[in-house]
Amino acid sequence: MRTLEQTTQEVLDLAAKHFQLPVGSLAPGDDFFKKLGIDSLQTLEMLSRLENHFGIELPDYEVQGVSDFKTLAERIQSRL
Amino acid sequence: MLDLSKYQSIGEALRDALDQYANEVCLIEADRDREKERLTYREFKERAHPLAKALQDGSFSSGDRASIIMTNQSKWLISAYAIFFTGGVLVPLDYKLTADEQWQLLKHSSASVLITEYPIWRQLGASPGRAAASNVRTVLVTEAPANADLDGAQRWEEFRGAGEPVFVARKRSDTACIVYSSGTGGRPKGCMMTHENYLEQCVALTSIYPFCPGVRYLSILPTNHAIDFMVGFFGPLTCGAAVVHLRTLRPEFVREAFPKYKITYVSLVPLVLKNLQKGLQTRFDALPPGKQKVFNALVRVNKALTKSQPLPSISRRLLKQVHEAFGGELRTIIVGGAFTEPQTLQFFYDLGIPVANGYGLTEAGTAITVNDLRPFRADTVGKPLPGMEVRIVNPAEDGVGEVTVRSKTVMAGYLNEPELTAETIIDGWLQTGDLGRFDGTGHLQLAGRKKNMIVTEEGKNIYPEDVETVFESLRVGEFCVFAANYIWPKRSMIGEKLVLVLHLEPGQQYGEELRREINARNNRLLNYKRIHGVVLLDEDFPRTASLKIKRNVLAERLAVLDSAAAILPL
Repeated sequence: MRTLEQTTQEVLDLAAKHFQLPVGSLAPGDDFFKKLGIDSLQTLEMLSRLENHFGIELPDYEVQGVSDFKTLAERIQSRL
Repeated sequence: MLDLSKYQSIGEALRDALDQYANEVCLIEADRDREKERLTYREFKERAHPLAKALQDGSFSSGDRASIIMTNQSKWLISAYAIFFTGGVLVPLDYKLTADEQWQLLKHSSASVLITEYPIWRQLGASPGRAAASNVRTVLVTEAPANADLDGAQRWEEFRGAGEPVFVARKRSDTACIVYSSGTGGRPKGCMMTHENYLEQCVALTSIYPFCPGVRYLSILPTNHAIDFMVGFFGPLTCGAAVVHLRTLRPEFVREAFPKYKITYVSLVPLVLKNLQKGLQTRFDALPPGKQKVFNALVRVNKALTKSQPLPSISRRLLKQVHEAFGGELRTIIVGGAFTEPQTLQFFYDLGIPVANGYGLTEAGTAITVNDLRPFRADTVGKPLPGMEVRIVNPAEDGVGEVTVRSKTVMAGYLNEPELTAETIIDGWLQTGDLGRFDGTGHLQLAGRKKNMIVTEEGKNIYPEDVETVFESLRVGEFCVFAANYIWPKRSMIGEKLVLVLHLEPGQQYGEELRREINARNNRLLNYKRIHGVVLLDEDFPRTASLKIKRNVLAERLAVLDSAAAILPL
C-alpha cells in the first residue's frame, strides 16, 4: 500500500510527464489550473491518466472544486 | 409533439406527454461505459408520482419553491417534474458553485425543499453557510451509501407517498423557475421565468430543430443551465424524444456515447466544441499523405454541395468515417453559453455537421437568435427566432448598438429586485447589455459588450462585483474589479478577462509580497472566476455620496491608459 507521500509524488510525476514539464517542477500545493495553464477539460484528461495509473475510478464529484495536487492525491489515496 | 399553445404550464404539458408517449424511451443513464438505467415515459411517471405525493403530504403546495442541485441525471428531471406537478416553483442551482454560494442562493430564493446528491450534500452540510438558510426545511438526498450519516436529510429513494398525487394547475403568467444568471458574491440576480416563457421558447426552438420519438439528445451542459433545461428536458419530453445522461464528462466516455446511443442532438459550450475540433484535427493530420489528400478533396466537395443548406445524407456518405464516429445520426450540435469562434463553426459545417450557433441569455428565456442553416453563416449568430422582436438601440455609424429584445419569452423580472428589473426591462424591451448589428440579410452579428461582465468559454457569466469579496481587506488604498473589455472596448467577445484595479497607499509599491497576497486570494476563487492581471491607478476612485465606487466614471479614467502596458501579470 502506498503512503500519501508516495501517491502525491506519483501524481506530480505523472502530471509533469503528461504536460511535458521537467520532473520536480511541480509541488503538492501548486494550483494545477494555474501552474499547468489547463482548463477543466484538460483536467479531466489528466484524471483519466491518473485513474489508469492507480487502477481506480475517481467519480467526477470527488474532484469537484479540487485545484491543487495535494488534495487530488488525498482523494486518490482514499480510493486505493 | 404536443400543441403547446393549448397549455398553461410546464407541469400540465409534461403530464400529458408522459401519457401520450408512455411506451417510448424517455431517459437513458450511463456511468462510463456501463448503462445504469433506461426508463420509458410510463416508468418516468411511476418514479415521479410517489415523489410528488410525498411532497404534497409534506405540505409542499402551489407556489412553494424547491431547489435542485444535482449533476445531470435522471433524478434531476424526475424531481423537476414532481415539483411542477405539485404547482411548485423550481430553483435550479449550479452544482459547481461552492457550498457557501449555494446556501446564499438557497436563502435568497426562499426555497423550502432542497433535492441534491449525497456527495454535494456532504459539502453543503459542512458549510457554515447552512445556518443562514433556515428556510430550507426538507432535504432529499439521492444515492446515499447504506450507512451514511444523512445529517438531517432524507433519502430521495425512500421519499415516496402512497396513492396518487393531485395535479396543481398554474397559469401561464405564474413563475415556473427562478434561475440565477449571476450574483453569487454580490447582488443575486434570480430571473423569474414564467410558464409562458418556457412554452413559447419551446415552440420557437422546435420549429427549427424538431424533436420527436426516436430522437436522442445527449445531455452534457448542466441541466440548471437555461439551454439544457430547454433542449435536455422540457423540449424533448414534450415531443416524445429520449434524453441520454452521462455520469462522467471524461472526454473518452463522451466520445463513446455518440456511436453507442446514436445521438441526434447535443449541446456544448464553445470550450468543449473547440476540444472536439482539436481532437479531430489531430486525427486528420495523422493520416498518411495520400489519404489526407483524398479526405481534403471530399471535404471540399461536401463544402460545395452544402453551400446553401445542410444535406445530411450526402455528407454522411461522403465523409463516412467522421460521421460514424459521431454515431451516424447526429443532426446538429447546439452550441451556446458563450461566443463561439467562426472558424470552429465552419470546421464542423465543412464536415457535414451543422452547428446551431445562436445567441441568448437567461433573462430572454434561453435563445434570441439561432442559425437556421439556410444558408449556414459562421460569421453571425443567426436570425431572431419566431416570436422574437430584436432592435438595435442607438446604433453607431457602422450599425452597432445595444441589442434589445421583446418577446413572450422574456422573464417577468429579477426576484426581489424591482429597481434592477426596471433598469433591465424598459417598456417591455429587455436591455441585453450586448452590442451588435444586423447585416443586410437579417443575421445578427455580435460586437462586444456594453456591460461590465465576461462570459467564459465554459459558458459562465462572471460579474466583477461577484469576485470582489475575495479581495476585501487587501492592504491597498482602494481596489475594484473590471472586465478588461469594459474599460478598453473591442468589437469582439473572444478572450474576455477580469482585471483588478488598485490604488495603492501613499508610498506603497506593487511588490512581491502584495503580488503573492493577491495570488493567494485569487486562488480561492473557482478557476474560471479568477482575475487575469492588475492595473495600477495613482488617484482616488470616484465615489457616490454613499461612498460606492462610480464604476463607469472610473472605467473612463482607466480607458486613457494603454491596455497592453497597463495590465501587469500576476
